[in-house]
Amino acid sequence: MLSTNPFSILAETVSPIFLQWFVIVMVILVAVGTLLDIIYKKNVKYFFENAKKAKLSATKTLSTGEKISVISKTIVSDIATTSELGAGKRRVAHLLGMYGTILFWIGSVIMIFCYSTPSSDTPNVWPIIWHAGAIMTVLGGSWFWFFLRVDVYSEAQPWYRIIKADLFVLALLASALFGLIWSFLQSLNLNNRWDDKLFLILFIISNIVLFGGVYWSKFAHMLYKPGAAIQKNLAEADGSRDNLPPPADAPKQYGLGIDREKAKHY
Amino acid sequence: MSTFVYMTRCDGCGHCVDICPSDIMHIDETIRRAKNIEPNFCWECYACVKACPNHAIDVRGYADFAPMGHSVRVRREEEKGTISWKIKFRNGKEKNFVSPITTKPWGKFIPKLAEGEKPNQEEINSQRLYLEPEGLNTKKELPTVPKESFKKGVYY
Repeated sequence: MLSTNPFSILAETVSPIFLQWFVIVMVILVAVGTLLDIIYKKNVKYFFENAKKAKLSATKTLSTGEKISVISKTIVSDIATTSELGAGKRRVAHLLGMYGTILFWIGSVIMIFCYSTPSSDTPNVWPIIWHAGAIMTVLGGSWFWFFLRVDVYSEAQPWYRIIKADLFVLALLASALFGLIWSFLQSLNLNNRWDDKLFLILFIISNIVLFGGVYWSKFAHMLYKPGAAIQKNLAEADGSRDNLPPPADAPKQYGLGIDREKAKHY
Repeated sequence: MSTFVYMTRCDGCGHCVDICPSDIMHIDETIRRAKNIEPNFCWECYACVKACPNHAIDVRGYADFAPMGHSVRVRREEEKGTISWKIKFRNGKEKNFVSPITTKPWGKFIPKLAEGEKPNQEEINSQRLYLEPEGLNTKKELPTVPKESFKKGVYY
């Protein structure tokens, strides 16, 4: 199963052009959803106004080299390894989900656009990337949703309570999970039994909800968060620091320096 | 004044929800980030502002002077044991302060008052508080304010 391209088997009954159009429509849905988000929620406008305001209180003009260095550090630390989440379970779950999703999506696009005809010979690596990505997404997403949600741990809400903020994570989880089940059932060669078709339909529906619900879900945080991290670190480097005081220039253990009690989900 | 959250900085960790003594910091149902659900009940204790690991919480000033650009922000550095404040006045003047964190670990440094010596009448009448000056980690004589310096009829 892990080394079988599920899309090339599907292409025996559905035209590869249809699969490719489905991916293109999903990309368009994400673009439209993000654009609507930008227009109606005005978050990008706020972001740039805030950055302009921060520039006025800068104490130092950063050279291009310094800016590149700050941005590179941000990409490595804040974006690629989500350092803002500290060094706990939440960060591991997020990294699992994040890299799982990236692998899952890249695998899908490559297999659908390059190896989706029944006769195509898919290199083993792509189905493995696709399946590994889906498994990582399911693990990271379920870990987060069942055990690390802040509204459950800090607010004592029941674990089964679903809110609007769950739309993204649940749709992503469903898409990866249904994709995996569909691929597994299809690999069993059930001779036109209903099970794999049902999970294919669920896989399609979860993808439509995930990519079509960008305006209502937290999908766009994948696009905004990196920008916000770069702005935060540039503000720290140019001295404006969003009006925060500079790091204290005091001897170590100036005070008692106790560690606060860590939140349980962190 | 009340707290508000910079959504670009908040990562929804829940520290502010855990620490808020008024129980008004909650998690938003749409974006799962922190928010102040009852700004008029905020007593500006700054507990959440200090606890936030991403410096995502700020305090909004009264409408009559807030638009004029003042700000009071704080950075808590546990590993150094410091808490730094930056006060920005409306005229652009800035003041920076660094203080030690004096929070004590749970269950430690609890004075066992019941086991201590009972103060005598002279100690009760003195201006010193119980266990001063030793309790302040000093054996120096503490400054006192002579009673004559108070204006009679105003202060006593």
